[in-house]
Amino acid sequence: MFRDAWLVTKKDLLIEMRSRILVNQIAPYTLLILVLFGFALDADTETLRDTGPGLFWVSTLLVAILAIQRSVDVETSDSAIDRLMLSGISPTSIYVGKTIGLYIQLIILEALLFVVMVVLFDLSVVNYPLVVVSAVVTTLAISSSGTLYGVIASGLGVRETLLPVLFLPVLAPAVIGATRAFGDAFGRVNADGWAWLGLLSVIAIVYTLVGMLTYGNILEDT
Amino acid sequence: MQRTEKQEFTTSRGTRFMGISLLLGLPTLLIFSFLLSPADDNMDDAVRLIYVHVPMAVFAYVAIIITGIGSVFYLWKKSRWWDTVAHASAEIGLIFCGLVLVTGSIWGRPTWNTWWEWGDVRLVTTLVLFLMILGYLALRQVPANPDLKAKRASVVGIIAAVNIPIVNRSVEWWENSTLHQKSSLTDGKLENLTLFTLFLGFIIVGISYLWLMTHRFRVGWLTAEIEIAGISGVIEERLNEGNFGDGNSSYQQEDEVQ
Repeated sequence: MFRDAWLVTKKDLLIEMRSRILVNQIAPYTLLILVLFGFALDADTETLRDTGPGLFWVSTLLVAILAIQRSVDVETSDSAIDRLMLSGISPTSIYVGKTIGLYIQLIILEALLFVVMVVLFDLSVVNYPLVVVSAVVTTLAISSSGTLYGVIASGLGVRETLLPVLFLPVLAPAVIGATRAFGDAFGRVNADGWAWLGLLSVIAIVYTLVGMLTYGNILEDT
Repeated sequence: MQRTEKQEFTTSRGTRFMGISLLLGLPTLLIFSFLLSPADDNMDDAVRLIYVHVPMAVFAYVAIIITGIGSVFYLWKKSRWWDTVAHASAEIGLIFCGLVLVTGSIWGRPTWNTWWEWGDVRLVTTLVLFLMILGYLALRQVPANPDLKAKRASVVGIIAAVNIPIVNRSVEWWENSTLHQKSSLTDGKLENLTLFTLFLGFIIVGISYLWLMTHRFRVGWLTAEIEIAGISGVIEERLNEGNFGDGNSSYQQEDEVQ
């Protein structure tokens, strides 16, 4: 299963490297969101520091919606998904492969976002392991649910509006937990970041399992 | 109005019995809640809200679990019956979930001194559950093939249902992140009349759920039958024009069997 999944991941990443949509369009959009938050919060550095962890995850979610739509577009345009299914790769492998592909793209975007945010918002990190672990777990929750919801919202003619309505509530607890964990890691809130990591792990595992079990049912009609 | 066909109505002897029980039970619950049961030492008169808040929270969870079970069975059996059960239960679950949030906020103001607490995991996850069901129903309203829509809504329904344990157990998992006290029933603090009134609340809210569920299920079933009849009529018309093959929706197949 994982060999097939890795083939799907490589295919998605190769398409991204050739089309450069991640670098040319989605990454600038990520930076634009941060700059707009700076304007909206009145250029007050202390406020930006306090709200930085939340802004980071809200920006990540907004960017994730674009990345998910892009990931689905790759398969639905020219009925590429039909050929992928005819290749004999199981739906579970396709799901795992696309989730890993999305995961890698989101991690790259988050790394960029993190560096820019630390510079622009003048943030100092007090707990690097917590930042890394909470980002790794939360991104799994985002990519596993995003891959599933992307295909659920596709082919209905209302994907652009339906996807956020379905996807954002699912990830709301993850955003809360990740924001608290980042807040603790930045020394901005009085919360036990590692405790919130428990919630994040449960969400990531549950969504990944549900995705693996149900993706095939949805894929049949895409 | 003369009753010509049984399927044209959502009423039955069972729903009439439940309706009459509610007509008698609701005033009784109000009398017990506001007049007969005592005020609480800590919560004062705000305790009266728990007679509807707690049962509604439980039945909101029940409704969403039934949506999840219906969704699993729909994906497994491809049965319109289970799909209609899932859809009907989600609508009632949304109403109950909304009422839980409203009554919880009203109760929280005098008890916790706040309408809303963002750090409380149970509150926030209940809101998230509410929003997830809103998304489920939004997907249900998209104009698309009923089979396709049912299949996708089933996956969303399953995710909403598996979210319930996160909501319900969160207060125990992250006790330092909530204002909720432990379950009033299991810690043995409720006694006599208070406990009886809460028990009565459970019965009344339970009957409300069953009554609403039965009617909504029958409305959903009839709506689907009308849609299928409409689609079948158009398909038949086109087939007669061009003399082509047969439609093979599982909804149509099930209709033919019946």
